[in-house]
Amino acid sequence: MTVITELVPFDEALATYDPVMGLEVHVELGTRTKMFCGCSTELGADPNTQTCPVCLGLPGALPVVNAIGVESAIKIGLALHCEIAEWCRFARKNYFYPDMPKNFQTSQYDEPIAFNGYLDVQLEDGEVFRVEIERAHMEEDTGKSTHVGGATGRIHGASHSLLDYNRAGIPLIEIVTKPITGAGARAPEVAKAYVAELRELIRALGVSEARMEMGQMRCDVNLSLRPNGTEKFGTRSETKNVNSLRSVERAVRYEIGRHAGVLDAGGTIIQETRHFHEDDGSTTSGRVKEEAEDYRYFPEPDLVPVAPSREWVEELRATLPELPRVRRNRLREEWGVTELDMQSILNAGAVDLIVATTEAGADSASARKWWLGELARSANESGRPLDALPITPAQVARVSELVASGDLNDKLARQVIEGVLAGEGDPDTVVEKRGLKVVSDEGALGTAVDEAIAANGAIADKIRGGKVAAAGALVGAVMKATRGQADAARVRELILERLGVEG
Amino acid sequence: MTDIIKLTAAETAARIASGELTAVEVTEAHLARIEAVDEKVHAFLHVDREGALAQARAVDAKRERGERLGPLAGVPLALKDIFTTKDMPTTVGSKILEGWLPPYDATLTQRLRDADVVILGKTNMDEFAMGSSTENSAYGPTGNPWDLTRIPGGSGGGSSAALASFQAPLAIGTDTGGSIRQPAAVTGTVGVKPTYGGVSRYGMVAFSSSLDQGGPCARTVLDAALLHEAIAGHDPLDSTSIDAPVPPVVEAARSGSVAGMRVGVVKQFRGEGYQAGVLQRFDESVELLKELGAEIVELDCPSFDLALSAYYLIAPSECSSNLARFDGLRYGQRTGDDGTRSAEDVTALTREAGFGDEVKRRIMLGTYALSSGYYDAYYGSAQKVRTLITRDFEKAFEQVDVIVSPTTPTTAFPIGERADDPMAMYLADLCTIPTNLAGNSAMSLPCGLAPEDGLPVGLQIIAPALKDDRLYKVGAAVEAAFLNRWGHPLLEEAPSL
Repeated sequence: MTVITELVPFDEALATYDPVMGLEVHVELGTRTKMFCGCSTELGADPNTQTCPVCLGLPGALPVVNAIGVESAIKIGLALHCEIAEWCRFARKNYFYPDMPKNFQTSQYDEPIAFNGYLDVQLEDGEVFRVEIERAHMEEDTGKSTHVGGATGRIHGASHSLLDYNRAGIPLIEIVTKPITGAGARAPEVAKAYVAELRELIRALGVSEARMEMGQMRCDVNLSLRPNGTEKFGTRSETKNVNSLRSVERAVRYEIGRHAGVLDAGGTIIQETRHFHEDDGSTTSGRVKEEAEDYRYFPEPDLVPVAPSREWVEELRATLPELPRVRRNRLREEWGVTELDMQSILNAGAVDLIVATTEAGADSASARKWWLGELARSANESGRPLDALPITPAQVARVSELVASGDLNDKLARQVIEGVLAGEGDPDTVVEKRGLKVVSDEGALGTAVDEAIAANGAIADKIRGGKVAAAGALVGAVMKATRGQADAARVRELILERLGVEG
Repeated sequence: MTDIIKLTAAETAARIASGELTAVEVTEAHLARIEAVDEKVHAFLHVDREGALAQARAVDAKRERGERLGPLAGVPLALKDIFTTKDMPTTVGSKILEGWLPPYDATLTQRLRDADVVILGKTNMDEFAMGSSTENSAYGPTGNPWDLTRIPGGSGGGSSAALASFQAPLAIGTDTGGSIRQPAAVTGTVGVKPTYGGVSRYGMVAFSSSLDQGGPCARTVLDAALLHEAIAGHDPLDSTSIDAPVPPVVEAARSGSVAGMRVGVVKQFRGEGYQAGVLQRFDESVELLKELGAEIVELDCPSFDLALSAYYLIAPSECSSNLARFDGLRYGQRTGDDGTRSAEDVTALTREAGFGDEVKRRIMLGTYALSSGYYDAYYGSAQKVRTLITRDFEKAFEQVDVIVSPTTPTTAFPIGERADDPMAMYLADLCTIPTNLAGNSAMSLPCGLAPEDGLPVGLQIIAPALKDDRLYKVGAAVEAAFLNRWGHPLLEEAPSL
């Protein structure tokens, strides 16, 4: 029953159709306890060890709302420029699934805590695109099913399933955009930038680490096409669990091509959920939504309404950090770098590290140089994220301070960094232990310069004759003699001085 | 020592505290009574002989050490099998939970333990508290001690029958549409539905969350008040629990009076379907209240006529969601898991075998009422009616302090009579349901025997939310006046078993 459709090349698809997207992002909050009970939310525990009558949905158990969960939801809502409900309720979303202990999910329906907002996202060329936010609401996560015995890990073909309810009841915020129109060919880029910006925002708010690879942030991509110049939305597909930035972009791109293929062939798009495949970037049909699913929502009678006071909302608004995009633009200007450079700093995950390094006293240029150069290389080689390297921004700042004061030259500084990374101690200790100070004793340096001039008479003559560029060879000789521990600039000065040439 | 079982809870506690009786003696007397009569009555689903005696011994030891005993220390109690108990199975009268031993105690269970009450066992009930006769129990019906061929009311028929047959002086019930009050009425006992949120629902297996309310059952108004005080109060584990002091119910029960009170009689609580003897005893009660110094006020509450219909949309809707968790995957019964069937098929088979007809009927009704396209017409309209009923009560309580009515339109009907006629069964809750929908408090207490069948009739007293003490003030006055008139408690007239 698989229908093979020719994918229409992206540009060709866009020549005919206008994509409309809707993004639903689930964020697992980093609260210490679950949304409706006191169980721990820590990851990595043995299955079913972080459960209680409430999150197991045992008969008689009742939920109690986690106040930090509500606070986090309001913060997210405010940061997304949403209105915050003065009064809202939880609702039960009724459906059957074994990893959902009560066979209903406690969620919110027509009374979300936050609604009508927007998030401005910046594309790579600096263009700002406004994504309108429909709502952000609170709900609980389900448990985790592991299907065993089948080839694919999917339920189809499995002999049995294992259930872990540790995740059941972990607070989730679902953030839903309004239909995103007008992105045109930039739709994949907009989708990616939106999710990236949202991730930065969630992190800046401190409400979740939002690590997509850990499932702390999960994205569903809704996409439809309409012929260019028309108003009416086409039928949408919903691609579930697209869980990396790159995948979001690829899923949008793929679905545009697929939809165009179906439509061009005179077919109709089936409203269905689809699975995304990381390996080739394709999507395949999941379950067909033959009729709109009926979740029989009704207000959760076991919980009282949430009515955040305006005073509290304003207090929370006052604690909001600078929005990531605004902060990025401010830093870009402060650092005097281009949009493109800023993008690579961002991609390297170096923004906060560079900021911390400058705050520890380094100038931004040298902070950037170290984090994007030597340290990025090291991180790359060891396969670790930059912030996992065993060196602190303060240590990097100290190294650049030693360079600025002339105590270290570049080459020595690299050795110091290497020593810190190797666990030999802080920069001063490494300098001490390895004996890496620049030779600043003018007498010793002078002797070395004199020796180099004497040993290289021909070159010295050239320099005296005005070929200043030749000084490099003499500098090299001096550096060699001092085993690199001299300040090259000073050496050059001394050489020119001795030979009576103006630098 | 047959006298022990006839004592009120207050007297029992006083004698234990004074050393006249030991808690073990009291417990043994009740266990012996259970042994002697419960085969006929079938009030209990589970009797915890050892646990009860251990608790009684602990109370006696406490007394010997000179520790102060609480007002109900050592008093035996029959607990409706809807509250979770760590040391006893909890079935809710359903096959689907047969043998389930909960890993936790309900808040109410814990409070009973804290009060040194001796829990004798768990009582029979209509499956998931759905019914008015206890015939819907998966474990067989309970007999009314006044006539074992008749129903003891429901859903809490086990608790009311245990009281009326002197198997326990105290019992716990739950009241979603009348399940405490109607059983009390038809067995000649006292039952109180506290204000919604007055007693924690944590650990009480849910039927209809916005209506369910646990409460005290006893043979006297004072006993009910003592039990009310022991189980009521804010519980952080129940979000809907009221964070306010418990109304002074014991004080009110000790100072019964209606002098100068305005008592409402609602037009809508009489008419077709009411047994003549029930109305006769009710009218006499109103006369009695007048004699005792109350002013009687006629009230019109038109929305009450819609209460039953609204109830049978809201309660099934919530039940359809609350009972979704019974899928056979995690606890309780599982049917048909032969290693080849899917989880979905096993769940279907488990529910088919594990739920009774009435439960299935209400799950279907509720599923339908909540489905998209019907929600507004059914669940939505019912919620509007609920608001109207609440307003009618608010208006009424501007004019009166309490409202009185018959508790239920008829006396106990024969077992089997309405079993195949759900509508006839639902009518038993005609007078009790409005209170659940509005969330206020109500009591049923005996007001005599119907002349035509010699069976108990209940008088319902309804008070505003959080004014539960008024029930006890009025109830105690009525109780004392009737006792004076009859010369003995009504239950003395019940046949010996």
